[in-house]
Amino acid sequence: MTRMAPSTMVQAAPPLVSLQRAGVRFGAVTALRDIDLTLHRGDRLALVGANGSGKTTLLRLLHGLVPPSDGRCNRHVLQPEGRPMIGAMLFQRPFLLRLSAGRNVSLGLWLRGLPRAERAAATERALHRVGLAALAARPARELSGGQQQRLALARAWALRPDILFLDEPTASLDPSAKREVEQLIEDFAGEGMTVVLATHNLGQAKRLAQRVAYLESGRLVVERPVGEFFNQSDTLPVEAQQFLRGEMVWA
Amino acid sequence: MGMKETNKLSRLGRRAAIVLLASALWTSAAADEPFIVLASTTSTEQSGLFGHLLPAFKQASGVEVRVVAVGTGQALDLARRGDADAVLVHDTAAEEKFVAEGFTVERRPVMYNDFVLIGPRSDPAGAKGGDIAAALAKLATKPEAVFVSRGDKSGTHAAELRLWKQAHVDLAAAKPANYRECGCGMGPALNMAASSNAYVLADRGTWLAFKNRGELAILVEGDKALFNQYGVMVVNPAKHPHVKQALAQRFADWITSPAGQAVIAAYQVGGEQAFFPNANRH
Amino acid sequence: MSTFTDSVQLAAQLVWHGDAELWRIVGLSVRVSLAACVLGGVLGLALGAWLAVARFPGWRGVIWVLNTLLALPSVIVGLLVYLLLSRAGPLGVYGLLFTPTAMVFAQAVLVLPLIAALTRRLVQDALAEGGDQLRSLGAGPYAAALLMLLHERRAVLTIGLTAFGRAVSEVGAVMIVGGNINGVTRVMTTAIALETSKGDLALALALGAVLLGVVALLNLAVAALHGAARAAGQRREAWAA
Repeated sequence: MTRMAPSTMVQAAPPLVSLQRAGVRFGAVTALRDIDLTLHRGDRLALVGANGSGKTTLLRLLHGLVPPSDGRCNRHVLQPEGRPMIGAMLFQRPFLLRLSAGRNVSLGLWLRGLPRAERAAATERALHRVGLAALAARPARELSGGQQQRLALARAWALRPDILFLDEPTASLDPSAKREVEQLIEDFAGEGMTVVLATHNLGQAKRLAQRVAYLESGRLVVERPVGEFFNQSDTLPVEAQQFLRGEMVWA
Repeated sequence: MGMKETNKLSRLGRRAAIVLLASALWTSAAADEPFIVLASTTSTEQSGLFGHLLPAFKQASGVEVRVVAVGTGQALDLARRGDADAVLVHDTAAEEKFVAEGFTVERRPVMYNDFVLIGPRSDPAGAKGGDIAAALAKLATKPEAVFVSRGDKSGTHAAELRLWKQAHVDLAAAKPANYRECGCGMGPALNMAASSNAYVLADRGTWLAFKNRGELAILVEGDKALFNQYGVMVVNPAKHPHVKQALAQRFADWITSPAGQAVIAAYQVGGEQAFFPNANRH
Repeated sequence: MSTFTDSVQLAAQLVWHGDAELWRIVGLSVRVSLAACVLGGVLGLALGAWLAVARFPGWRGVIWVLNTLLALPSVIVGLLVYLLLSRAGPLGVYGLLFTPTAMVFAQAVLVLPLIAALTRRLVQDALAEGGDQLRSLGAGPYAAALLMLLHERRAVLTIGLTAFGRAVSEVGAVMIVGGNINGVTRVMTTAIALETSKGDLALALALGAVLLGVVALLNLAVAALHGAARAAGQRREAWAA
């Protein structure tokens, strides 16, 4: 199966976030332990694993929403631009449902300090990009599941992020909505955005990712390029093989 | 927090401060007219006298009188703290103490009304008559006759305690089983008496204005001991320099003047004169 | 029973004949309690939002104290404010005692813990659900708390109505700091207390009915505003389509 070949730049791509033996604890619960992972610019990384394996926490750690309880999490300055990176995240449960679709998007822009005229224009562009321009005034909770996720994508895209984190973006969507959302993610990645995607759906991982990481009980068990992960599964650790066997039925 | 957010929040904060200030000042009383604060008693207010007296004073002098009606003890405390410009109460002993403490320069008698013993028409204790000491003595020995006392350091309460003493009933030693202290004003005490068919000592003014009488009626009246003297005192500016001494003095002067005394005499409740002016006698 | 029927008749008469005294008292009640809710609301919302995000040693203790203050009797608040504003007290020079301003102040003190405690709960729960989203968009913790207040406008309004109910129905605080002065600081509740103690129970009940009626009208107005806002939003969208 061919996919857009990653440019050779990826091999020499600068690192964005590096985790060294990083761990995250919430009180007595250890959500992540001993994570060694480096995210490069232009990566398309899928995080797979069972519920509770730590995918969401790893996303939040990479995005900077939680600090590491152990180890290091280094956020590198973006090269060649020489500025800190901008991240955006799609969450499992879309929020700010009482606001209209347009307000949802312009909120992030307002927080970035954009003046009103630019905000309005950027909001319109973002909604147009995901095909929701007609629904700008509708309260977000009246949108369908697929539309809500597209709204979340618009909200993220409007901020011109360098990295996009996605937490099970198509988990509760019907097939056509799923396809629309995946297409948008594909497009964003094609525009140069680094993408980190947590998903149950192995088929989605195969379609969208270049690298796959398998998590179990808060540990990063293995990380491989996507081809190796799915087609040479016997080279993977036992746990990963078991997981694949169990999940492939549903892919 | 970024700079931009701090700016936004401080803008919000400034707007909030304006709203705060505005709301606090919005309901300030339009105090363009001169006024004084008069501390008086609930019995006096509930008799309705002020509704009759104060408009007459306002017409005569242009000064508004704002009455804060509380128990006698509380009224005198208000004046001691300087929260009132003058007091009009009816507890001579407490008033004289007030004078002795230096909170007023002069106490002037104004008017009197009398107390009456109220009780159920059926009168189980046989208290009816013209002798209050005898009536109270009988009450103390009849357990089925309940007596309601205000128990609130008011002028009425002080008078009641004096009368029990005259009846040779020592409340400090042993309260009779049928003695109920409510710690309340005249009206609530009457309410309580009405609902439990009890005896109660009340000032005539409040009784005349009281609507919830039930089975109650006046049983004892006319005894000299039931005399209830009112006095007016202006708060001493030496103790509280901010007191509106000139205006308060005008009030004290007016209600003890023939004009004011006439207004007092003219006030009637239920067709009867409620208060008897005596500024120049006594 | 006759007291009830008398009071219903009385209430109707009072309202029908537009008794000037009555409407003056009603107006003062509403103005004082509304101003107190605005004053206590601004401070209470800020305090509640702050407590929802700030974490410092003793934070739990502050919450505990706040929740305890929910049971503060209105009489005690009245006494405390009275001692503050009395001529013999620290703020006596302003001569605010026995004025409507003192009443606004006292009722604001009364509703402040209520608003703060409810707001904290509201914002903390809302942030638990969507705080990440706001932080992901770049909001700092305090900005996120304030944004949540905006997002939960309807719940905030309900908090406001709760506070107004508490304020407009209380009698202890306004009696002590206002003095129930006829024509100056007499409000519905102190008038009711006065009529009760005078033994005019039917009138007291009637005044109570009028008070409830006024609050009912207020709630009606709020609901109508909501309906109008929603309709306006739908109209806007119809035009844009």
